[in-house]
Amino acid sequence: MGLTSGSTGRKAIDEGLLICRESPEDRVVGLAGNPNVGKSTVFNGLTNLNQHTGNWPGKTVSNAQGRCKHHGKGFILVDIPGSYSLMAHSAEEEVARDFICFGGPDAMVVVCDATCLERNLNLVLQTIEITPRTVVCVNLMDEAKKKNIQVDLAELSRRLGVPVTGAAARSKKGLDALMDAVDSVVVGSFSTDHALRVPYAPEIEEAIALLEPALEKPCGKRLSPRWLALRLLEEDQALIQSAQQYLGVPFSEDPAVQEMLEQARDRLEKADLLGDALQDAVVSALVRQSEKICAGAVRYADRSYSSRDRKIDRILTSKATGFPIMLLLLAAVFWLTITGANYPSQWLSTGLFWVEDRLADFFVWTGAPSFLCDMLVHGAYRTLAWVVSVMLPPMAIFFPLFTLLEDLGYLPRVAFNLDRYFKKCSACGKQSLTMCMVLPILH
Amino acid sequence: MHTLKPLTSLQCGQTARVDALTLQGSMRRRLQDIGLIEGTQIECVHKSPAGDPVAYLIRGAVIALRAEDSAGVLVSCG
Repeated sequence: MGLTSGSTGRKAIDEGLLICRESPEDRVVGLAGNPNVGKSTVFNGLTNLNQHTGNWPGKTVSNAQGRCKHHGKGFILVDIPGSYSLMAHSAEEEVARDFICFGGPDAMVVVCDATCLERNLNLVLQTIEITPRTVVCVNLMDEAKKKNIQVDLAELSRRLGVPVTGAAARSKKGLDALMDAVDSVVVGSFSTDHALRVPYAPEIEEAIALLEPALEKPCGKRLSPRWLALRLLEEDQALIQSAQQYLGVPFSEDPAVQEMLEQARDRLEKADLLGDALQDAVVSALVRQSEKICAGAVRYADRSYSSRDRKIDRILTSKATGFPIMLLLLAAVFWLTITGANYPSQWLSTGLFWVEDRLADFFVWTGAPSFLCDMLVHGAYRTLAWVVSVMLPPMAIFFPLFTLLEDLGYLPRVAFNLDRYFKKCSACGKQSLTMCMVLPILH
Repeated sequence: MHTLKPLTSLQCGQTARVDALTLQGSMRRRLQDIGLIEGTQIECVHKSPAGDPVAYLIRGAVIALRAEDSAGVLVSCG
């Protein structure tokens, strides 16, 4: 399915909201995370569904669902699109944010990459702002260990005020502990009263303090008034519309809210913090807070990425060796695909055409009219046999090889090498991979 | 004395501190979301064979930026 406007954006979330509970006791848990942190692997590990995991951001555009049982309790897991932020700058972010705000999850899980936790915390902080019933799952702990990065999960949990668990989802480690933590948040045995509140610049805090009390009543327990106040100040019209629909209260027309909003905006205007400046200040506060949290909870043996990775990257992307290696690798993949496929193709066609002869014999034996035999056996069956024997072997060789390159992380390097050239034809480097995929099929 | 220059002028292996983003719109937000704000340390780690895009080390993650975008990031060295 392509990315039509219907499969992204608002329509997708509307469809995503159709949560299929198997029993009314089932709890809904949303799974968020930055792109490429192994979120889909966590999802698959928990639900035993086999959702394809891809290496490109925004793999999950609409919300996939699966059910998992933990200590006799049912949980519906909703895999929401990977994003770096919930400020709704893209369709993925909008779907992610709308699910957390309006999808009514009983708990949220934010999957993080232990090897670059600081960047991931931005999303964690934004999620906690919307709902404190959040569990942080620090994935790729095995990778972090290899890179000598130590993550103090207990300290992280103390600083964030929500449960934090470690995991290595690829080897299915830590998933039980994750579900224990989710359960503790859902039943309330872990109190999220002390969930972190990101402090903003004093002027912004004053503006929020003015507006927040007026929003407490319309929000009830369904939305965080502090969070909504900030979005009102940012004038996020689309969100305000959705929030009014969700709460069923046209709060932006409430005179009390309007009056306070005006006062709050005056306050911000004096500090020159309206529009873009406000967004800048909000994002900066989130990034600084992430930095501060990580400073005490994550220890890097080597802050920069390892010299081994650096050397490999240099070889794979340098002027002298980047292209030759790329051409060699792709040539090897194509050669294996094209030459290697000949043998199984041969066997398949021999086998399938032998079956054709037997089928024809069978038709003759039954005494069926010859046009029927021609149509079904020499027509339909033969075409099918041809297509299968020609197409199946190259695909069965090419795609696993390509997946191997993807898993090794080589494909982003190819995109990096080729981006400039593809850009000249108004494409981007990532599309070189689509082209690679098309070549053997054309063959 | 700090001198402001665009990120594009950084050579491989050089480290700088972000001073301002002159980019507007969605690219500005995207860079901020990955942690590129005032004061962020940034290191130029590789150039692609064509010289563009260039890979930078930002908060422990390697990220490739095109020159058209990184020209809108002002940094100061030393």
